[in-house]
Amino acid sequence: MNFAGTETLLRKEILRFWKVAFQTVAAPVLTAVMYLLIFGHVLEDRVQVFPGVGYTSFLIPGLVMMSVLQNAFANSSSSLVQSKMSGNLVFLLVSPLSHWAWFAAYVGAAVVRGLMVGLGVLLVTVWFAPPAWAEPWWIVVFALLGAGMLGALGLVAGLWADKFDQMAVFQNFIIMPMTFLSGVFYSVYSLPGLWQWVSHLNPFFYMIDGFRRGFFGVSDVSPWLSLAIVGASFVAVSGIALRLLKTGYKLRH
Amino acid sequence: MPAIAFQQVGKTYSGARGPLRALDGVSFNIERGEFFGLLGPNGAGKTTLISILAGLARATEGRVQVMGHDVVADYAAARKSLGIVPQELVFDPFFSVRETLRIQSGYFGVRHNDAWIDELLAELGLADKADANMRQLSGGMKRRVLVAQALVHRPPVIVLDEPTAGVDVELRQTLWQFIARLNREGHTVLLTTHYLEEAEALCGRIAMLKQGRVVALDRTSALLAGTASTMLRFKTDHALPAALAPLARVTGRSVQLTAHDAAEVEALLGTLRGAGVKVEDLEIGRADLEDVFLEIMQGAHA
Repeated sequence: MNFAGTETLLRKEILRFWKVAFQTVAAPVLTAVMYLLIFGHVLEDRVQVFPGVGYTSFLIPGLVMMSVLQNAFANSSSSLVQSKMSGNLVFLLVSPLSHWAWFAAYVGAAVVRGLMVGLGVLLVTVWFAPPAWAEPWWIVVFALLGAGMLGALGLVAGLWADKFDQMAVFQNFIIMPMTFLSGVFYSVYSLPGLWQWVSHLNPFFYMIDGFRRGFFGVSDVSPWLSLAIVGASFVAVSGIALRLLKTGYKLRH
Repeated sequence: MPAIAFQQVGKTYSGARGPLRALDGVSFNIERGEFFGLLGPNGAGKTTLISILAGLARATEGRVQVMGHDVVADYAAARKSLGIVPQELVFDPFFSVRETLRIQSGYFGVRHNDAWIDELLAELGLADKADANMRQLSGGMKRRVLVAQALVHRPPVIVLDEPTAGVDVELRQTLWQFIARLNREGHTVLLTTHYLEEAEALCGRIAMLKQGRVVALDRTSALLAGTASTMLRFKTDHALPAALAPLARVTGRSVQLTAHDAAEVEALLGTLRGAGVKVEDLEIGRADLEDVFLEIMQGAHA
């Protein structure tokens, strides 16, 4: 295993977003704060999801996790598409790095960006409604696994897409609906039966529900079920990403 | 063990208009320490062959080895032995020249490489650009960085895919002096170029590709000796007589005709005089690689 090589690629991928942190970290934090201000203000007195938990408090973990997931996905996918389009992926293709090294570095950097943005959202929003830290280990576990899975999904999307508009299709028609139907803004039990059922097919729902469990100690489903589903999704998506990297899908003719 | 071994390499692309045979049974070796030229017209398969060597493409059949390492089964060792200067002028806009080189070095598992990076920067005239962002560099400067990136892990085999396309005279000189020095120090060099005078001056041995097949493979001197060795060159404003027109290579006013011996030269001049063609700047010279190249490309019907 070429550890120096893997570490170099990881560091390069982190530097890539960090050099434009205003756009890749600060901007998504601002977006999440806007959601909180508007939805929190309008709905605070009208919606109560968990007993004794205000709507703003309920919303904060959802927004944090949503930011983690979206930014983890955006990092690996946009980095790959950019490198493919500008042609500089050739420097990586002629290197001796294995598919494991590519995977570790791209997903690793996606996790770092996701967690940075998530932490940023948490640090800014926590002043609006200080959360309880009921079962903090779930916070860590679901943030890491969720970011990892979306980083791997971004890798798959980045390998598949040849252009930015194909990337946008993936983002707008898969990632966005899955995020919004995951219970970021509500408990899925407030939805009509069909949409409840659909939401239960969505791995994002289990990520957010498990993550929220860490703050409030209550959740829609058992955190162990969520862990099993999110873990299995991570393994499945990673398996696809590794397979595509190994066969050189759209990379090596 | 040769530096590079191509064994029956074939490549078929599946295109919209049916399969395209880019390479067909290409076999030859490049020995260690050689300065080897790979020539051929556009679409002959040069870049495909180099892509397979570098792992950017996969051969449909056959195998390729670099320093004894198979480029598929043992890709990590094969790629560590190779330094590729790609044809396209590509760069990563997020980084400076020095960062670019440190990153490339790191990919190959080489840390703490600043002494060699500084030497590369100095040799390629990039020392004062070390901290400039890649976006700020001119085309020629970007090309130099590509060369430095290819050499940053000190590969024993260097592959230059048309490195002087669109490059000014000064950089060509700097580049060739540096590459020639590396070659003297034992590096194997594989060069593809459209500038045949460069290939003639630099390469000890040459392979010519046409439509995916090797149509010539020999020492440069043998290629030059083995062909019609005399060329008649002149300038004229007149149209050539019908008997000579298909044999001539015409560039504007300049005309070149092949002549194998003195009698043929006399016959050609006689025909020209008979047709009333007024000839200026007449010279008789040895064939150069361009003549050999054209003769082989016209003669080889793959």
